[in-house]
Amino acid sequence: MAHRQPASASIFAPGLLLDALAESLKKLDPRLLWRNPVMLAVEIASAATLAAFGYSLIGTAAEPAWFTGTVSAWLWLTVLFSTFAEALAEGRGKARAASLRQARTAVTAKRLAAPDRVDAYTVVGAEALRRGDYILVEPGELIAGDGEVTAGAALVNEAPVTGESAPVVRESGGDRSAVTGGTTVIANTIVVRITVNPGETFLDRMITLIEGAQRRKTPNETALEVLLISLTLVFLLVCVNLGPLSAYSAAASGQGRPVTLTVLAALFVCLAPTTIAALLPAIGIAGMDRLFRKNVIALSGRAIEAAGDVNVLLLDKTGTITHGNREAVAFVPMAGQAEEEVARAALMASLADETPEGRSVVGLAQQCFGLAASGTPEGATVVPFSAATRLSGLDLDGMPYRKGAADAVVAFAGGLGGSVPRDLDNKVAAIAHAGATPLVVCRGPEILGAVNLKDIVKSGIQERFRKLGSMGIKTVMITGDNPLTAAAIAAEAEVDDFLAEARPEDKLRLIKEHQEAGLMVAMTGDGTNDAPALAQADVAVAMNTGTQAAREAANIIDLDSNPTKLLDIVEIGKQILMTRGNLTTFSIANDIAKYFAIVPASLAAIYPQLGALNVMGLASPRSAILSAVIFNALIIPLLVPLALKGTGFKPMPAERLLIRNLLLYGVGGMVAPFVGIKAIDLGLGLLLHFLQGTVAP
Amino acid sequence: MDLLAWLQTGLLFGVLLLAIKPLGAYMAKVYGGQRTLLSPLLIPCEQLLYRVGGVDADEEMGWQQYAVAMLLFNLAGLAMLFTLLCLQHLLPLNPRNLPPFTWQLAFNTAASFVTNTNWQAYGGETAASYFIQMAGLTVQNFVAAASGMAVAIALIRGFARRRTALIGNFWVDVSRGVLYILLPISLLAALALVSQGVIQNFAPYRSVPLLQPSAVDTPLGQATVTEAILPMGPVASQEAIKMLGTNGGGFFNANSTHPFENPTPLSHFLEILLMLLIPAAFTHTFGLMVGNSRQGWTLLTIMLLLLATAFLLLYRAEVAGTAPLARAGIAGGNMEGKEIRFGLAATSLFEAATTATSCGAVAAMHDSLTPLGGLVPLSLMLLGEVAFGGVGAGLSTMLAFAVIAVFIAGLMIGRTPEYLGKKIEVLEMWMAMVVVLAAGIVVLAFSALAMATPSAVAATANGGAHGLSEILYAFASMANNNGSAFAGLNAGLDFYALLGAVAMLIGRFVPAVAMLAMAGSLAAKKYVPPSLGTLPTDKAPFALWLVLVILIVGALSFFPALALGPIADHLTTVGGR
Repeated sequence: MAHRQPASASIFAPGLLLDALAESLKKLDPRLLWRNPVMLAVEIASAATLAAFGYSLIGTAAEPAWFTGTVSAWLWLTVLFSTFAEALAEGRGKARAASLRQARTAVTAKRLAAPDRVDAYTVVGAEALRRGDYILVEPGELIAGDGEVTAGAALVNEAPVTGESAPVVRESGGDRSAVTGGTTVIANTIVVRITVNPGETFLDRMITLIEGAQRRKTPNETALEVLLISLTLVFLLVCVNLGPLSAYSAAASGQGRPVTLTVLAALFVCLAPTTIAALLPAIGIAGMDRLFRKNVIALSGRAIEAAGDVNVLLLDKTGTITHGNREAVAFVPMAGQAEEEVARAALMASLADETPEGRSVVGLAQQCFGLAASGTPEGATVVPFSAATRLSGLDLDGMPYRKGAADAVVAFAGGLGGSVPRDLDNKVAAIAHAGATPLVVCRGPEILGAVNLKDIVKSGIQERFRKLGSMGIKTVMITGDNPLTAAAIAAEAEVDDFLAEARPEDKLRLIKEHQEAGLMVAMTGDGTNDAPALAQADVAVAMNTGTQAAREAANIIDLDSNPTKLLDIVEIGKQILMTRGNLTTFSIANDIAKYFAIVPASLAAIYPQLGALNVMGLASPRSAILSAVIFNALIIPLLVPLALKGTGFKPMPAERLLIRNLLLYGVGGMVAPFVGIKAIDLGLGLLLHFLQGTVAP
Repeated sequence: MDLLAWLQTGLLFGVLLLAIKPLGAYMAKVYGGQRTLLSPLLIPCEQLLYRVGGVDADEEMGWQQYAVAMLLFNLAGLAMLFTLLCLQHLLPLNPRNLPPFTWQLAFNTAASFVTNTNWQAYGGETAASYFIQMAGLTVQNFVAAASGMAVAIALIRGFARRRTALIGNFWVDVSRGVLYILLPISLLAALALVSQGVIQNFAPYRSVPLLQPSAVDTPLGQATVTEAILPMGPVASQEAIKMLGTNGGGFFNANSTHPFENPTPLSHFLEILLMLLIPAAFTHTFGLMVGNSRQGWTLLTIMLLLLATAFLLLYRAEVAGTAPLARAGIAGGNMEGKEIRFGLAATSLFEAATTATSCGAVAAMHDSLTPLGGLVPLSLMLLGEVAFGGVGAGLSTMLAFAVIAVFIAGLMIGRTPEYLGKKIEVLEMWMAMVVVLAAGIVVLAFSALAMATPSAVAATANGGAHGLSEILYAFASMANNNGSAFAGLNAGLDFYALLGAVAMLIGRFVPAVAMLAMAGSLAAKKYVPPSLGTLPTDKAPFALWLVLVILIVGALSFFPALALGPIADHLTTVGGR
């Protein structure tokens, strides 16, 4: 399938940046900022320094106005950078939501008086439609709301929702009956039963999700906030504590003076985990956005995080692990028969067979023996498959060619006076043992051989399962096949386990069993009969081509209807958590260097010997404090790309991953600020030198 | 260190390690209600207790019920001890007719003994009668310790159990802790101490003539002292539980430096062993109860590592001495405030162990340690007393740190964090943060309050950075329920008595309730079996990370205060005062 990637604009496109800037200024409002308590505390500290700055302009303050002013400016920038990061992450989603909204505007619908009378309708606005209404949609018209096709089949362009330009078939009955409001019918007329009230439609939910208006904090995010708020509280107390302690010490040592409010506020902001707190909202939003760009809609942030925890993955065999249809892969002659004769007879029996299996027999015969034929030969009588005979084929020149299950063909050939080849049972059993389906072919009373019809496992799927395995995720294949076939395919696809002859209630039971054992279960599904299992699963991915019931039961919807997407979802789920964890570690590790900058700078006047702690050799107390504050502010925009893209993810055992990330973000987080603060201090020194040079006579 | 010091340190840790497995397994059996060697003897006593108290031993409690029982039990203990102290003059076994405690001092002392702190704002031999020492203080030594152990056991059950609201019966846990664990070991230990010369009698204080009368200055002019008064008392019985229950409140003011409390190097050895014994064995009890003893060994290794490092730092600082000592021509390290009979190594080990656990008994004066040496006990307390810690409380705090470490590490590997198969969620994080930070918050807030109060500042013996250390140490000791004193501070001041009592009560019961809440929440969760994606918490990388989390949280919380206290003290001393 050719994909059009929606919203491919770079995060840093100038337009988006400007919008984000405007938005970030609005977000400085404390009433909005309270959702991020750490940054709110920083804002209050910034306000305090601003007040101190005002005071230093009019009165005599402990610190010169330029110093307090600069510190205050950088503290405000710290808050602004944080709101900017969030606005930037939201920006791209907003652009897409706006385009979606266009699809929703001013749609009218032909509401039917009764579902079976397509001639009697009234034209109403989409907002007037209620669940249970029936509407008629004709070619070229927009479907006014989410629903299910109850009559007819149509070609529908779902590009506004999926970004997929090729139209798809939507038909009544079966698993492809769901239609989405805002999509356009291209050909044929259908009757749709509306299943969702206006304002709750898929498109509406998507828009609110993308805009982040309804973004609720996930449990993990809240737990992380607990950590950050607690640390912030302690650091606030550390700074409050430093006031009286330094006052006492200054009095006791007879030199220096108590640490000023400006320095205390600077110390507080530097110590508070601002880096992670500033980027926390952006990480979650950006994670959802990365999913959108993979054409996956997560209906809650919780579902994505849960995806990162999944231990068991239930996959439908058909369409996920194997291509939807079985294919003929070999002709197996009975003793004394030539392979080509089997191929010829099979070809004849399949010429009129339009099923994918029948066509694959024709294809194989062409490929192996160059037996060219197309369409039904002239004068032939087609015998279609019937439940009674369980055979199909054709009669040509009085000779019947048939293919079907072994017992059915034996019965047919026996009826014509044929005998059963001695090796038939063995050969048929051999094919079945290998996980394939034997299709026996006869020409008149003579049983010639069998066609090996095989489920074709998708190429490259084994590698994906191995990747999942290395992440500790167990894969379970679910199939309606018999256990023998299932086992063979499971072995070929390298899944860890399989459930054969599965009925819907078996799926539900399997999920419950795993959950009882404490495991997190993900499953993909599309049919209405999958809905109960989807509702039970922790991570339920519904295909967009699936039924409305399946889509409602799921918490993630894959617009591409590609079941192996779960891998991407798992990966993004993990990435979001890892980015949070890594930035938390980085943020806290930073504090060590900041202490070595600020503590000697603010206390060395009291005890000059504490200058020994100035291991970075920073030029002056004020430049040390400024350098720490500037570093603390600048690190936020520097890490925005990381927060938006997520930290790199390679599947590896947990312990190695921890060591790697600790080295990268823990040790890196300790070292980086030493380098950064020293560099800024040197830069400030040069700047000061230059300023003095120009001002000096 | 010389060979002898290495040998005695090695021997101590060797004996400790040998004792951990049997004792840990024994405690797991006791709290699991299984039969032990002592059952035939103690089951009747236990049954009698339950019958008297009207307790149904088979009925387990939810966490709220457990917490209420724990709080009520301790409140009753507080009220009883407070009353006894205030009525001392009316009670028997008071040969010196000591007056009652003032209410402030009584409140401080009652809070101190109920919270397993044993901060002593009074002098044992000059303020407390034998009755008070035995029926008041020693009783609390037992039950406060058992109370802390019960909370830890409830927390362990939280990790071990699945999908239940029940975390055990507080009354049963406390009774078994006292009957099966504390009493038998105390009995043996008291006998061993008596064999070394620790006294045990009800005799009146003895006057002994001095061989060499000496002249002293008194406010009334010069006087000649011809005799000394030797305090007596039932010391050994209190000494044993003082160490075993990591209580630390000495019978005498001089605590374990007093020859009647700690006469010989062997008694010194025994006392160190006693204070480490239960907290160390608890790690194995934990491992057994959660069904993976490697988890317990991991925590034990971390604790040992922290304690050994602290000991070596302290020992080195004391051996190095200070610049003023060197200028005075004094070689052989800093022996000020230490007992010659123990020497530098054994003293350092005692002081490191007493602050690494929440014992707080002292065999040397911490005020006289070198600035860097004094930083070690102070830091050990400020880190939350996790290097073994108090009986029960130490393991609980360590588990809270582990929860936090697991949380961050879990995120870093991209999974909802889980520890011992239990998912760590919002409630667990809140409770773990409360456990880990409550004492630190109290220290920061109360020491700031003291520094801003002139009368409180005036109570320090030394000015400058050392004075600041004294106040910081006092609140660190009280809030972390250690009870050791830096000395030098006039702790009898109402300000310290009352604020200190509050600090001790917060430092004990806020984390305890938080742990029980965490236990309740954990017990209700289902168990998540480990997979390839699960972070192993019984291996070196996680252990190292846990150590880092403990150190970083401690360092970040207290670096500025320490810079103005011991660090400034050290740096100014190096340059000469």
